[in-house]
This record gives sequence, C-alpha cells and structure tokens, in this order.
Amino acid sequence: MKIAVLAVQGAFAEHIDKLKRLGVDCIELRQRADLEQDIDGLILPGGESTVQGKLLQDLQMLEPLRDRISRGLPVLGTCAGLILLARKISNDGAVWLGTLPVCVQRNAYGRQLGSFHTEAEVKGIGTVPMTFIRAPYVESLMETQDGEALARVDGRIVAVRYGNQIGTAFHPELDEDDRIHEMFLHLCRKNSAR
Amino acid sequence: MSEDRYALNKQLAQMLKGGVIMDVTSPEQARIAQEAGACAVMALERIPADIRAAGGVSRMSDPKMIRGIQEAVSIPVMAKCRIGHFAEAQILEAIEIDYIDESEVLSPADDVYHIDKRKFKVPFVCGAKDLGEALRRINEGAAMIRTKGEPGTGDVVQAVRHMRKMNSEIARITSMREDELFEEAKQLAVPYELVAYVHDNGRLPVVNFAAGGVATPADAALMMQLGAEGVFVGSGIFKSGNPAKRAAAIVKAVTNYQDSKLLAELSEDLGEAMVGINEQEIELLMAERGK
Repeated sequence: MKIAVLAVQGAFAEHIDKLKRLGVDCIELRQRADLEQDIDGLILPGGESTVQGKLLQDLQMLEPLRDRISRGLPVLGTCAGLILLARKISNDGAVWLGTLPVCVQRNAYGRQLGSFHTEAEVKGIGTVPMTFIRAPYVESLMETQDGEALARVDGRIVAVRYGNQIGTAFHPELDEDDRIHEMFLHLCRKNSAR
Repeated sequence: MSEDRYALNKQLAQMLKGGVIMDVTSPEQARIAQEAGACAVMALERIPADIRAAGGVSRMSDPKMIRGIQEAVSIPVMAKCRIGHFAEAQILEAIEIDYIDESEVLSPADDVYHIDKRKFKVPFVCGAKDLGEALRRINEGAAMIRTKGEPGTGDVVQAVRHMRKMNSEIARITSMREDELFEEAKQLAVPYELVAYVHDNGRLPVVNFAAGGVATPADAALMMQLGAEGVFVGSGIFKSGNPAKRAAAIVKAVTNYQDSKLLAELSEDLGEAMVGINEQEIELLMAERGK
C-alpha cells in the first residue's frame, strides 16, 4: 500500500514518520508531476491552509486532487487539511478542494494562547489524545447522508467522516497514539480491495 | 510556563515548516505577504535594512501598529522585542502575539542576560550563530531557532556560515561516544540533556529556520538544501522592485527547493532585488549581539 502526503508546506514530515513506523510506503506530493503515481490514499497535513491552498492552485494540483477525492480516493485531512477539504469556511471566503460537506471556522479557538491539548472519545476507537494548534472546528455538517461527526470537544465537532474522507481539527500526527492513522489506513485497504 | 504549553509552542513552529515568514511594516504589506503565501508575518515598524540606515536605538514596535496587522491577516503574527527586554515581551504577550522574536535586529536592552522565556505562555524564536547559542536559547525557553545571518544586508553569506556551523557541530556530537557528552555540555555551557538529545536525534530539539540576508528564490533554495526547515525573509521582499511577485516566487522556491528547472522559472523577471551590502562594508554586525 502506498500513501501520498501533501508536502507543499507544514507538518508533513510528522505524518510520514508515523506512516513509516506503521510500515506503510509513502510519497511526497510537491508538484503536479508527483500526482502521476498510483496511490491508495492521501494525507493533507497541518500547516497554514492559505499557503497550502495557494500553492495547490499555483502548482495546478487543486483540480486533479479534487477529481480523485470525488472519485473515492481515501483522504485524511488534519487541521489545515480539514480546512482544505471543507465545502465552506465561515470566516473566510476561500474554498479550496471543497469535497467535504462541512462548514468549518478557521482559528476558531483564537491565537496561539488558545492552543491546547486534551483527550476525547472518537467513535469506534475510544479515547484519543488531541492536540489543537490555532485550530479550526466544524460548525455544521451540510449533509447527513453517509457522513457523521466522529468526535466532539466541549460540544463542538472536531472530527468527521464522509464516505472515504476523514477530517480532524486536531493533529494526530503530533501524538504517540496511532489509532486515527490506523482507522484511515483501514479505509484505504478496504477501498483498494474493492 | 507548564511543560504542556512549551510542547504546544514547539508544535506551532512545526506547523510553520516548509514556509516563509515575511517582515511587514503595515497591514497593507501584511495582506500582500499573506496573498503571496507567507506562513506567518513579522510585524515591525522598520525593516532591518532601514534600521541599519537610520541608526540610533531601535525598539519594540507600537502595539497599535501590531494590532492593525493582527486584524489584517489570518496567519500567525510575530513581533520582535529587544534582547533581554522582558517588559517588552510582557507587552507583546498581553496583545496575544503568536510568536515573540527576541531579536538582535533591535538594540539589545541587556548585554548579559537574555529573557527567561520559560516564564511566558507565548512562544519565542531566537537567533543563533552556532549550536551552543541555539541550545542556550532553548534552555532559556525558546521554542524555535533561526540562524542570525546578517539582517538587512541582502547578503546570505552569514546565514550560510551559521547553518553550516550548526550542522557540522550536530554531526560531530552525533558521532561522539556517550561518555564524551558531559564534557561537550560543559564546553557549550548547556545542560547535558540537551546535548544528549542532539546526540540521539541528530537535530535540534526545536524547529530551525534560516534568516538574515535571504533575498532571492535561489537564496531560499540554498538555505533549504543546507538543512533549514523554513525561511525568514526580512528586507528582501519589500525592499525589492516587485514585492508581491518576489514573495510568491520565494514561497514556491521553499516548497520545491530541489527542482532547479522550476527555480529557474521562478527566478525570471522578478525586477530589481534589494540593494545588497557586502559583509565587509557594514559597520554594525547585528549577529554579534547576544551570545
């Protein structure tokens, strides 16, 4: 199995380290030509969504990625990755990939002084550590078919799944716990076996 | 500062990796920087080249001006305080700055002591010329390191020197026997645990950016190939002919720093680069401030 990690900006190395520890092959996506390879899943890492979105646009990677996600390529978006996937950003006019039918709020917990670490229940896998860095959260699900909120913190949705797309407001790549990545890899295996 | 807050602060720096942090002096410039793809901006009244030209004492910026920039952009906003000036740092923390740069670009307020950065909730980035300086700043609580380079010159030679020095010292420590690390810690004047971390991991315990003298996409690619995890660009952007275009080109150069064909395209038609000053021509070496 081979997983592609978007590597235009942000904490992509942390995802790659985790995947390697889990024994998974991975490639970095830095430009359009990197998209020609066969992959079983895609990870959109944390970082700055404005930077990543702009680079995807300028490097002409936005369209092909949107196309593949729409056709069912499993994707895990963490923090900025969730924002790239979101169909609507309530406090920002931009829409990047727009494949995930949720409305998110950027920097929803304020500036760096609002960043925090906690633990909460994720549907199907139990309590996991969660690190929020200038994080967004999901304000609302825009469709209810084939999608669900996976986790909430203080009543706010911080993880969602729609079909083969998983989005988290927190950073599973920064904590030791591997279960979010394992859940995603399970989705990839199931999808590739189809 | 709790251990947890320090971890979160180091992690914010991890999110900035592979990105470009740009000096801006107005909300308008901040917006241009954000649109060009800056992963954060450094708010200051005068960019280093102008500080150098103006001379005199250079201090923390007006909080009102910093707030204007915080309101103008959604990316993290950093600001500088003088070395050792913990009251300026307290003021920056009070306006909820995302990162404080305890910076040699401003006039030092203390010629012996740096700020005890462990006392703060907001993160600090500090400059370093070598591994010892980097680890001393980390021991004081810095959550991110950058090379000092020589600010406001457009001359990349010192950033290169500092990055190479740090890398070679890290390589030397990595190859040491474990029983040699105690003496090394003594020589560097840092705690053993930090030296042991470098020995075991072959890197600093925090993110390390390049800064000081970066003016072109090629400069940025050079620093990334030398092992920088991202780049600060100070005077290089808004002292050049076409800031928006140059800024966007440097952002792309940092992402694809190994693709020389793309770098060639990015380097085309950028207009005039900032007028550089060679290191032999300058009278004030800012990098010598704070050891």
